[in-house]
Amino acid sequence: MTGHGAAPVRKPLLTPGVLLLLGLVALGMVFAWVRFASGLGAVTHLDDRFPWGIWIAIDVATGVALSAGGFTTAALVHIFHRRRYEALTRSALLTAVLGYTFVAFGIVMDLGRYYNIWHPALPSMWSGHSALFEVAMCVMAYLTVLYIELMPIVVERFAGRVRLPGPLGLLDGVVEGALRFFDRTLGRVMSVFIVLGVVLSTLHQSSLGTLMVLAPSKMNPLWWTPILPLLFLLSAIAVGFAMVVFESLIAARVFGRAPEMELLTPLSRVIPVLLFVYLAFKVGDVMIRGVVTRLGDGSAASLIFLLEIGLGVVIPLLMLLSERVRRRPGLLFAAAAMVVLGVAFNRINVFLTAFTPLYATRRYVPSVGEVAITVAFISGLLLLYRVLVSVLPVLPAEEQPQQQRTGSRHVHAAPPSSIGRWSA
Amino acid sequence: MELSRRDILASMAAAGATQVAARPSAASVAQRAADPFGVLVDLTACIGCRKCEWACNQVNHLPAVPVQAFEDASVFASLRRPDASHYTVVNRFPGAGEDDKPVFVKAQCMHCDDPACCSACIVSALEKQPDGAVTYTAWRCMGCRYCMVVCPFQVPAYEYFNATTPQVRKCTFCHERISQEGKLPACVEICPPQCLTFGRRSELLALAHRRIAGGSGRYTDHVYGESEVGGTSWLYLSGIEFSELGFPVLGDAAPPRLTESLQHGVFKDFIPPLALFGALTAIVRLFRPDGEKPPAGEGRQP
Repeated sequence: MTGHGAAPVRKPLLTPGVLLLLGLVALGMVFAWVRFASGLGAVTHLDDRFPWGIWIAIDVATGVALSAGGFTTAALVHIFHRRRYEALTRSALLTAVLGYTFVAFGIVMDLGRYYNIWHPALPSMWSGHSALFEVAMCVMAYLTVLYIELMPIVVERFAGRVRLPGPLGLLDGVVEGALRFFDRTLGRVMSVFIVLGVVLSTLHQSSLGTLMVLAPSKMNPLWWTPILPLLFLLSAIAVGFAMVVFESLIAARVFGRAPEMELLTPLSRVIPVLLFVYLAFKVGDVMIRGVVTRLGDGSAASLIFLLEIGLGVVIPLLMLLSERVRRRPGLLFAAAAMVVLGVAFNRINVFLTAFTPLYATRRYVPSVGEVAITVAFISGLLLLYRVLVSVLPVLPAEEQPQQQRTGSRHVHAAPPSSIGRWSA
Repeated sequence: MELSRRDILASMAAAGATQVAARPSAASVAQRAADPFGVLVDLTACIGCRKCEWACNQVNHLPAVPVQAFEDASVFASLRRPDASHYTVVNRFPGAGEDDKPVFVKAQCMHCDDPACCSACIVSALEKQPDGAVTYTAWRCMGCRYCMVVCPFQVPAYEYFNATTPQVRKCTFCHERISQEGKLPACVEICPPQCLTFGRRSELLALAHRRIAGGSGRYTDHVYGESEVGGTSWLYLSGIEFSELGFPVLGDAAPPRLTESLQHGVFKDFIPPLALFGALTAIVRLFRPDGEKPPAGEGRQP
């Protein structure tokens, strides 16, 4: 069994889009240099009232939520044995690996003493009372698990053909040995890591919601609720599959392939169910806490709340109930994009919109530097994804070019691997 | 029957002695935290001289400004808040009584009994000490600023323009002076009209209620900090409603009780995560479709 019939993408890398992304990364690095040379104040609009801005709301909180496709897909295919979706697991995994990696970059950018980022791992620093401690530990552990889950893809591509450039060639044997070792061992233990990854995800996706529960007096009551951790978990599960659909359709467009509708159509049947569960808790919460009447007060906050629920949950839910929508790439993409943007909007609302500190003389509006760095992170993520799908067998192999270029294909015909089946 | 400064110093010395005698174990920390030190601020007595600001700057090595500069009343034109180089500030609010005397309000860290900042802190850089002080240990800190997000009084400030070693900055309750040197907090020591009273929190509460009872309407019947967010070491008495003096209206529940019970519910002895792990593993094994071999069996095909 040779995995998924996945293969590296054979397309020219230096397209105008890639050059644009490179430019955006370079621009962000200029601001990052200023941030590390002169402090957070030199680049951001953060102050004593607004200690958290878009780097936490978007780069970290939204980044974690939108990387949920990794664990939801792994659970669907490897725990609930829905094998037909296996072809989608690799790009979902790569998205999660890159998503969490950039979450870590975002945290480093935001921490005043970034060089102490490893402190939570020290037993002498352990602070079990802190929800943030739990998030940090689970994210560190999950990032490790994600790289382990990625390893079979690396083995499939490089085992037996390690050719490091230049003097690094001396290490070929060592790397080869390591890949062989992974090949022999990982297959037996991968199911443990996949289950572990799902457990760690449910824990930190929910604990991320606990963070703002600790500031009840500074949060708009529309968003502040003791069940924020549950809402974060439910929305993460719902957005996981929507994200897989969203990126699969984008990849199909960018690489000029036929969209994998035979998988995306049935997969998207589950999204409205998950959205409905999330919506039920979200609506039940504002009703039970008695804040539902605030929605009619015409304030900006209530309007934003209604937009978040309406455009991000209700409309895509109704759209995805229709078989016609699920079958048409354009409509399916629109619905999936609304779910993705809706969850992103929710995270931004919880961390920024709902946050109303005392004695504030102005609202927080992100600075040019904050936006440039966030854009650079997103661009860097897309860039790495684009490079890695060209190097590693992540996306399903294209059939026609395969036949046309039989001569050059032998490099990518993966050898039989014991772990292909588990390469999530 | 007010606590004289001499009484307080005597009790301080005694407290210092017991502390040297017995390094606090976890249990004794909890016991002593049950009656930490505090300060009662009587807003009806404050004349707005801002000597407390000057003394605070001296003791905490904040920007040294000559004491005369604190006589400048123009700073009262706008509301000031503690920041990275001012641990305490005095603001002026319009009075509401017949005499229309302005009310001066000293602001600093309230040193909560059950502090949200300490519960938030991921590396225990912020800690509630047995003497009542909420202290900050810079070398532990990662600079995540979650403490600033959750503080219900909006007190911790940050050194945003320090690129390498920024600190969270706030009132220390003169932790070392009160717990080791047997001294008063700098602001209390200098306060000329004695509107600041230092002592055990329980005694200060009793004193505050006696003043309200004997004040024949001088005070509103509310000791701010007695029950707000689970109680604070700093307590305030006022002649007019606290909400008119810039104090946040807060409930009695300490926010960490809710989040920590959520947290401990999910992690109770690691049973829920392990149970989830077990359940998912069981699903993997039990519901494996027919004809599919376990992964280890596939390995050695040529």
